[in-house]
Amino acid sequence: MAKLVSIPSNSLIPERDIDKSPILECVNLGIQFGGLKAVDDFNLTIGRTEIAGLIGPNGAGKTTVFNLLTKVYQPTNGTILLDGKDTHSMNTMQVNKAGIARTFQNIRLFNAMSVEDNVKTGMENEMTYGLWNGIFRTPKYWKQEKVAHERAMELLSIFHMEDMADMKAGSLPYGAQRRLEIVRALATNPSLLLLDEPAAGMNPSETAELMENIRKIRDTFQIAVLLIEHDMNLVMNICEGLCVLNFGKVIAKGTPEDVQANPAVIEAYLGKKKEA
Amino acid sequence: MTFLSFLISGISLGSIYAIIALGYTMVYGIAKMLNFAHGDVIMVGAYICFYATSRYELPPLVGVILAIIVCTILGIVIERLAYKPLRAAPILAVLITAIGVSYFLQNAALLLWSSNPKVFPSVVSSGNIPLFGGQLTISYVTLVTILACVVIMVALVWFTNKTKMGKAMRACSEDKGAAQLMGINVNGTISLTFAIGSGLAAIAGVLLCSAYPTLVPTTGAMPGIKAFTAAVFGGIGSIPGAMLGGILLGIIEIFAKAYISTQLSDAIVFAVLILVLIIRPAGLLGKQIREKV
Amino acid sequence: MKKRIRWNKTTRNNYITYAVVILAFVVMQAMVSAGSISSTLKGMLVPICAYVVMAISLNLTVGILGELSLGHAGFMSVGAFTGVTAAVALSNHVSSGPVLLIVGMVVGALFAALIGFLIGIPVLRLKGDYLAIVTLAFGEIIKGIFNNLYVGLDSSGLHMSLLSDKTNLDEAGQMVIGGPMGLETIPKVATFPIGVLLVLVSLVIIFHLVGSRAGRAIMAVRDNRIAAESIGINVTKYKLMAFTVSAALAGAAGTLFAMNYSTLVANKFDFNTSILILVFVVLGGLGNMLGSIIAATALTILPEALRQFSDYRMLVYAIVLILVMLATNNDTFKAFLARLIPGRKKNEKEVV
Repeated sequence: MAKLVSIPSNSLIPERDIDKSPILECVNLGIQFGGLKAVDDFNLTIGRTEIAGLIGPNGAGKTTVFNLLTKVYQPTNGTILLDGKDTHSMNTMQVNKAGIARTFQNIRLFNAMSVEDNVKTGMENEMTYGLWNGIFRTPKYWKQEKVAHERAMELLSIFHMEDMADMKAGSLPYGAQRRLEIVRALATNPSLLLLDEPAAGMNPSETAELMENIRKIRDTFQIAVLLIEHDMNLVMNICEGLCVLNFGKVIAKGTPEDVQANPAVIEAYLGKKKEA
Repeated sequence: MTFLSFLISGISLGSIYAIIALGYTMVYGIAKMLNFAHGDVIMVGAYICFYATSRYELPPLVGVILAIIVCTILGIVIERLAYKPLRAAPILAVLITAIGVSYFLQNAALLLWSSNPKVFPSVVSSGNIPLFGGQLTISYVTLVTILACVVIMVALVWFTNKTKMGKAMRACSEDKGAAQLMGINVNGTISLTFAIGSGLAAIAGVLLCSAYPTLVPTTGAMPGIKAFTAAVFGGIGSIPGAMLGGILLGIIEIFAKAYISTQLSDAIVFAVLILVLIIRPAGLLGKQIREKV
Repeated sequence: MKKRIRWNKTTRNNYITYAVVILAFVVMQAMVSAGSISSTLKGMLVPICAYVVMAISLNLTVGILGELSLGHAGFMSVGAFTGVTAAVALSNHVSSGPVLLIVGMVVGALFAALIGFLIGIPVLRLKGDYLAIVTLAFGEIIKGIFNNLYVGLDSSGLHMSLLSDKTNLDEAGQMVIGGPMGLETIPKVATFPIGVLLVLVSLVIIFHLVGSRAGRAIMAVRDNRIAAESIGINVTKYKLMAFTVSAALAGAAGTLFAMNYSTLVANKFDFNTSILILVFVVLGGLGNMLGSIIAATALTILPEALRQFSDYRMLVYAIVLILVMLATNNDTFKAFLARLIPGRKKNEKEVV
């Protein structure tokens, strides 16, 4: 596991990312729904190749943070810097083009489309042929579609899902749907991958395989991963940095070891009930 | 004065739209379906009243009550036979079925009552009230229409907010599954909604034909579409919204006819609808629902 | 891994659809030349082609894009009126029927696409039933405008006026659109082969669109808008694209339809026509182009076939419609049918 070092912004990033600017910096990020501060004063820095975890009890605001980062909700205050660029004026689509891809807690696949098409749809950012090339099936169309097919197969092979390429996404078993969402997100060529409870509903052996694959994805694509997860075994095993949320506020940050030892965390979360 | 008189006929026409729109909105709220056959129930109500009063020479009030009874039963029967089996079906399948029912009613009316236009005798005695020394007159039909609309509106708001059945109705429109778990008879509540909506349609039919006395099997179609527009205009699912939408639509239509162009009045009405929806995508009094991610 | 089949299920279905259309054309042509079909049916061949194109183009909006449109006949109307106007204007210089028809269809398609694009910008921001009612409203507005539009052609060119005839044509002038009288002097040049050609071209356009990057994006928006945005898809752009292509094809169909008659009024393209086409789409199956083609053909012929029931035919039509919807969507009904027809596959694909 990479050692974490402090950087000028008072945060920790992995040692191997030293001298590189962080991929994501959230400064005083917050959102209010009516009078409720769902997320408040949220500060987080993630290194370029870090696997970070966002944990906390149910309703702590973890998914809301993802929704803020991907602009499903527009933050009411604070700044999000993605690779040093302010994402203030961007919408969900533009944030994705700028480098953030995500999965969803309640799976959101394109159910009526094939597995392969789900992945190819994720390549929107790279494909350049337009409507006419598509309708007249020009050489440009065939060339890009061939590349897309090959890349889709390659990405699916991460999770050994090539055989499922022609199946309808909606007909896949639950675990495979979760994996397909990750593949689809990867197809957009992100520099930061947000995974919302990737291991939900998986058995221990599937979870172990998933952990292996998340590491493999980071190593192969050299990207940062931020994940929300309730499986403490997974979180403690693969995350290099952790951020703990409770009632919309950060109550602890640091390496898994630090966080596990933090009394506030034990009280709010781990102390109450520790399983797995 | 002409302005005022146009305004009053607008409100009067709008009141009819509002009564029809109330039926649309209630059914939509609870069954989440666009009941395209609603307009044709209006026509059936008008025919029943026509035959009762002019063929069998019953008093107008008896005619109206008969029309309400027949339409209420018709509404329940339609719901049971055509819509209930499709409760779990895709929205479009239900929509097409509703269109099928609409065709059925129109063509059944054509066979039963022929396509010859009937001159509908007004159920309200003719005559009018002069105001401002005769400069402005309000006919009894207009007055009765507006009054009926207000009474119905108040009664419905009271019913849905204060009575047990009304609350059950609101519960079903929020969440049928949860309502069922709370011991509410969902099927019964939906039938009741159709019954009320269809009963209102009968009243609207009688009032419509009292003001515009030509009755043919397609009489209900256009007012049906306009009332549906009015329901959306006000925010579909909202009872005050349907009322507001209906009345505004009536006023706009009459003003467009009076001041802009008779031929283009429908186009103007629809253009205003589009403008409103662009500015307020859920209608005037509708609630925007945010999708949970 | 087994050899990768490039001819996957979609591609195969597409070729089957082309084949069915071509086969139907050959059979009908043979029957026409053998004189073995009734003159009524012969007169319906071109309208059937037009309705088929209407159905598959609406299926693009409803089945592929997933938005309910209740004003598709409006685009048909735009295509009919602009296409015929272009053909009339051209008829002084060109005498070839097919050329007039094809130019008319292209012009009709372009104008319908333009209107579709302009309408699409505000409309596609709305959701579900609100979108449906606004498309309905646009359909009615288009009808209202054409019912009050006067267009005439004389030596100094095209003259237009709204509400009343102020075209002031010179002596050799000719009215093209006469307000409520509609199109008055249509060159009656539509033919069955060109109709089938339009069907095939429309199919190619739709299948190729669906099989391309744009098609995937459009279906992604249909299946899950938020997920589509999250992977960088421009939702507005693709919705507009689908809507515009759909409108363009409807426009061409409108021109084809109109040029099968010598006069035509705007009321022909009203709400009921939009609904009729929606019925084809829903009965044929959402996203299923072959289904749309079969449904459009069958339901256009059905009222004719029911002629022996005379007054009862529309009643029967309505009952058939309701029963089919119940049969395809109600489980009890389906189980009942399954028992009647033994050997039917359990997991048969849903029609709707």
